[in-house]
Amino acid sequence: MTPEMKGFLLVTIVKLLVVFTVTMVGVALLTLMERKVSAWMQYRLGPNRVGFWGLGQPAADGIKNIIKEETFPGMANRVLFTLAPALSFIPAMTLASVIHWAAPLPVQFDFALPLLGRFHYDALMPMAVADLPVGFLFVLAVSSMGVYGIALAGWSSNSKYALLGGLRASAQMISYEVAMGLSVVPVLLLTGNVAFGEIIKAQQAGLFGWFILPLFLAFHNFLVAGFAETNRLPFDMPEAESELIAGYHTEYSSMKFSMFFIAEYANMVTVSAMVTTLFLGGWDIPFTHWDETPGVLQTIATGGMMFLKVFFWLFFFMWIRWTLPRFRYDQLMALGWKVLMPIALAYVMLIATAIYLIETVAGVTSPGIRLLVLTLINVGLGYIVFIVLDRGLLISGSRKRGAASGGLDRRAA
Amino acid sequence: MAIGVKVMKRPEKDVSYVRATLKGMAITFKKMLEPKVTMQYPEEKSAPEAERGAWTIAPRWRGTHRMLTDEQGRSKCVACGLCPQICPANCIKLVPGEDENGHRYPLIYEIDEFRCVFCGYCQEVCPEEAIHVGVHYENAEYSRDRFVYDLERLSSQTHPVSTLWDPTDPKGE
Repeated sequence: MTPEMKGFLLVTIVKLLVVFTVTMVGVALLTLMERKVSAWMQYRLGPNRVGFWGLGQPAADGIKNIIKEETFPGMANRVLFTLAPALSFIPAMTLASVIHWAAPLPVQFDFALPLLGRFHYDALMPMAVADLPVGFLFVLAVSSMGVYGIALAGWSSNSKYALLGGLRASAQMISYEVAMGLSVVPVLLLTGNVAFGEIIKAQQAGLFGWFILPLFLAFHNFLVAGFAETNRLPFDMPEAESELIAGYHTEYSSMKFSMFFIAEYANMVTVSAMVTTLFLGGWDIPFTHWDETPGVLQTIATGGMMFLKVFFWLFFFMWIRWTLPRFRYDQLMALGWKVLMPIALAYVMLIATAIYLIETVAGVTSPGIRLLVLTLINVGLGYIVFIVLDRGLLISGSRKRGAASGGLDRRAA
Repeated sequence: MAIGVKVMKRPEKDVSYVRATLKGMAITFKKMLEPKVTMQYPEEKSAPEAERGAWTIAPRWRGTHRMLTDEQGRSKCVACGLCPQICPANCIKLVPGEDENGHRYPLIYEIDEFRCVFCGYCQEVCPEEAIHVGVHYENAEYSRDRFVYDLERLSSQTHPVSTLWDPTDPKGE
């Protein structure tokens, strides 16, 4: 191996360890945060017995889960039953490796070790474990792998509740994968690239540069689909404890159950980081261009910014959880296929047309004006979707034909 | 639909899911910042009514029993046998005894608190106001047989006794 290759390998291993550790610790703390936020929203205090302010609770839970008895249902398929938690855990953790957590850091070293030889690295190191040129496509591909874990867990448990949970999960996640992928196409249209680094770079023009305003509908669709992808309330059909006990992980105990739990929270982190990257400028600090020049200080500051944004979305997940009740299953499917997907498709067409008109017909090349025009378009669209159409038409799964025509009459009136 | 889902007639005029969601989010966020109601039990306990702590047990609370004693420290019980007679759970064991002056007293007086249903009839029926149900709730023990309270234990309890419901003063004024 050349010194450059060894240097690259070393840097990657270090980043891998850091990202994996931070994600695991973060997930552990997220379980505490979830319980705290849940408690606060119900006038309770939440866990506060283990350690200061309950901070020892995740460790206590972890120890408990490791030393608990593991049960296997008698008629379960042993191999798949054991494999399923890993299959849902691995994609969840893999996804964390393509996110850009901070501004690139200039790294330079050149040293030699006995036996291993010379290590050399001299470049702008992207703060992602793998700075893939196919960034977003990789996320889409791997996140749908998570379905296997859940579907197999439901199938191999040989229990009707688990099976129903697994079936629901696979149908739901595949449906919303479509809406999710389509809702991001406008972002790709604007940046002309699928690499996360480029997407972040395209949003660095300040607050208006962030795609949340120019592509508000896409943002909204992505957020809703993201909730469905992570199986969080109001879309937690696969678990639905009042209907299915615990859904696909009914039969799981101890650390296997815990792995599903970790996977769910890791998915939450990933979706939060994705929303941040795609629509909130990633690690970009608004109103300043200071963070775009590489440096150690900039990397730390942008990392903090990224943390704040991701933290907000994680809180948002919990906030929504205690605001909205669970959807009925057919409403969930109707929302995915009949509302989100058509809106996302129409939106892709509209944004593409708008970009063509602005750039080619009107000949405006300034990105600021382009984003401003798109923002104005979105204000109009937002009015139509959220005010005009939002009269029982958006979420109305099993509406009968007669009732639907009634809806049209009402709109005309 | 293949399955007959009951279609509810929903109010459709002036209904907005997005605005309702936003309103709900505002409510949950506001609730999150409001003061909490949890009483942190081992540190905070029910205070007597006079102190008006975080929480007071009702004076009519019927908890584990207490036997009152007279000035000489003997139990007031005269072993009349009314309480084992009226006890619906049959949890009172009473063996009467009599001294040389003709005073009756309990040789054995045991209450099995596991069988007790805490109705308070024993207190109501007692002519000597000896046995009482107490305003007390911390009853944990390490073994089952510790829940059979004998006379000595019943007499040594110090917690306040219940003021049962009085038909002439139904509101407790």
